[in-house]
Amino acid sequence: MKVLLSKPGLDGHDVGVKVLAHGLIEAGYEVVYTGLRKTIDEIVQMAIENKVDAIGLSILSGTHLFLAQKMKEVMDANKLNIPWFVGGNVPPLDVEKLEAIGASKAFPTSTKVVDVVNYFKEM
Amino acid sequence: MNTKNKSKITAEDLGVKKVYLESGIEVNPIYTAEDVENSNSKHEMPGEYPFTRGIHNTMYRKRPFTIRQYAGFASPEETNERFQFLIANGQSGLNVAFDLPTQCGLDSDDPRAMGEVGRVGMTVDTLDDFEIAFKNIDLDKITVSLTINGSAIIAIAMYIAMAEKAGYDISKLRGTAQNDILKEFIGRGTWIFPVDKSVKLVIDTIEYCAKHVPKYSPVSVCGYHIRESGANPIQEMAYAFCIAKAYTDGALSRGIDIDDFASRLSFNFDIYGNLFEQIAKFRGGRRLWAKIIREEYLAKNDDSCWLRMIAGGGGGGLTKEQPENNIVRSAYYALISALSGTQTMALCSYDEAYTIPTEHSAEISLRTMQIMIHEMGICDTVDPLGGSYYVESLTDTFETAIKEEMKTVDKWGGIVNAVATGKIQESVSKQAYTREMGMQTGKVDKVGVNIFTREEESKPVEFHPYNQEAADKQVEKLKRIKESRNNELVKQKLATIRKDAKEDKNLMPSIIEAVKEYATVGEIVQVMKDVYGEFKEPIFF
Repeated sequence: MKVLLSKPGLDGHDVGVKVLAHGLIEAGYEVVYTGLRKTIDEIVQMAIENKVDAIGLSILSGTHLFLAQKMKEVMDANKLNIPWFVGGNVPPLDVEKLEAIGASKAFPTSTKVVDVVNYFKEM
Repeated sequence: MNTKNKSKITAEDLGVKKVYLESGIEVNPIYTAEDVENSNSKHEMPGEYPFTRGIHNTMYRKRPFTIRQYAGFASPEETNERFQFLIANGQSGLNVAFDLPTQCGLDSDDPRAMGEVGRVGMTVDTLDDFEIAFKNIDLDKITVSLTINGSAIIAIAMYIAMAEKAGYDISKLRGTAQNDILKEFIGRGTWIFPVDKSVKLVIDTIEYCAKHVPKYSPVSVCGYHIRESGANPIQEMAYAFCIAKAYTDGALSRGIDIDDFASRLSFNFDIYGNLFEQIAKFRGGRRLWAKIIREEYLAKNDDSCWLRMIAGGGGGGLTKEQPENNIVRSAYYALISALSGTQTMALCSYDEAYTIPTEHSAEISLRTMQIMIHEMGICDTVDPLGGSYYVESLTDTFETAIKEEMKTVDKWGGIVNAVATGKIQESVSKQAYTREMGMQTGKVDKVGVNIFTREEESKPVEFHPYNQEAADKQVEKLKRIKESRNNELVKQKLATIRKDAKEDKNLMPSIIEAVKEYATVGEIVQVMKDVYGEFKEPIFF
């Protein structure tokens, strides 16, 4: 299984997304990382080009609801039907909101790497 | 370290388990006079070169460390209100946070700025925003610190232009900017231009300020963000020193005297983790930096050799679990900072790991530092740990270890190359993973996280809701300014920046002239991107 991990928006905090990349690789997944400051359009294009099975969005600036809405639109416009998830500085109250927008899962602050890996295994 | 010396007492001797610091240094169970027998520390005095024991001989006895907490506000108007309030309450220094579009060189009307305008700090499109934010503030009495990096040259230019227009004598203007772009490539990520051009711009600000705004401190080198990105304490200091040396070399290449530059340089460091390790890191680091400036750069003045620092409790040590424990942690971090001889202190608030700090939690941080100053006798004597066998021995070890780590960076082709190729990012990110997994799997003890845990209710988490109305107003204002300014003149000024960039001239003068005509941050950055290109991030993790 191949996962695209991405940093949408202008937020440059990438410790968490890189920790998760290491964790997923160790658990046997293939990881493609976008690097910082990508637009949602760029991320979806990379997902299509790399034929990934899932997309992760890492957001720590509080822009998650805004970017998730955009993600939903761009995924629909490209008719890309793969799961996408959100992690980062996400307050528990926004988890439901993100999942209602269309994220298959949202991981709030202090989620353990093993919990994300287990989620992937069950997916 | 000479571990073969039989007079040293090791873990094996006593039959106890071995202990290693996060930096990988082994700690002996007992330290004695033997451990510092060959150390120069016996002859060291505070306020005397190489300043291991502190940069002043009176330190906090004369004046306690400065308390400077960090805060950010969305619009220039709100920022001005807050500044007026802080000044009325006796604060003499202002710290300005900027929103991400400003930090990345984008205007409020840029599609990439959507949803980000005013979110994590003040928005700046044109000089007008600076003029509003600092309206009725006496810049002679208040020192302003600009927390900005990628587009710092424009922010500094705006600050100077604003002061000049308001009639201040810029040769007396004080203030600081973070303006440490090299650390942005390692952590935090608000880079714009390729690494070499980014450094060139920092040097432009240093050169301009040295010649025209000599009381301004244009750079504060940050080990803090490097450590928060996963570096260990040795690397935090080593990378920061390599970065500081890169700026110093650049300044010297423009004909600036080492004593003129080094005396304006300051550092920003992180505190979390083992208490003695951090203290030794600062004491050993302070000695090494003094030696670098004197022995390598041949500085004559003592104050050029000072490692001036803000050392604060880092977010990296705080936990979302049992957050009240963070109050205790922060008190220890404050103690570490004071025992290390810091010049300025700031603490993260205990609730910062999961929400926006409340006024109440910010007050607790402030009181933590005040209790230490007024109740604990922390200011009574200088460098109270000086002469401790353990601390002095560890200080010596750290001096050597930081020096060695700096040689590793040299092997990578120097700091600019190590950052451009992603060498440092790769090593730091691997360590972040090891550290995080150590904590998640219980190899590294963390109270409330993997030991002494308890079931907790999920906490109310608050984010400032995005103020779309304020963002729209900012975009409106930008439109108005673009219509009312002299666009022919703006075009000319931007053309001058382009010409100067192509001719590799110092860009400060042309940027100052452009911002005076209300050229926008985005317009100026675009011209610079056209000439310099953009940083291509090496994908490492």
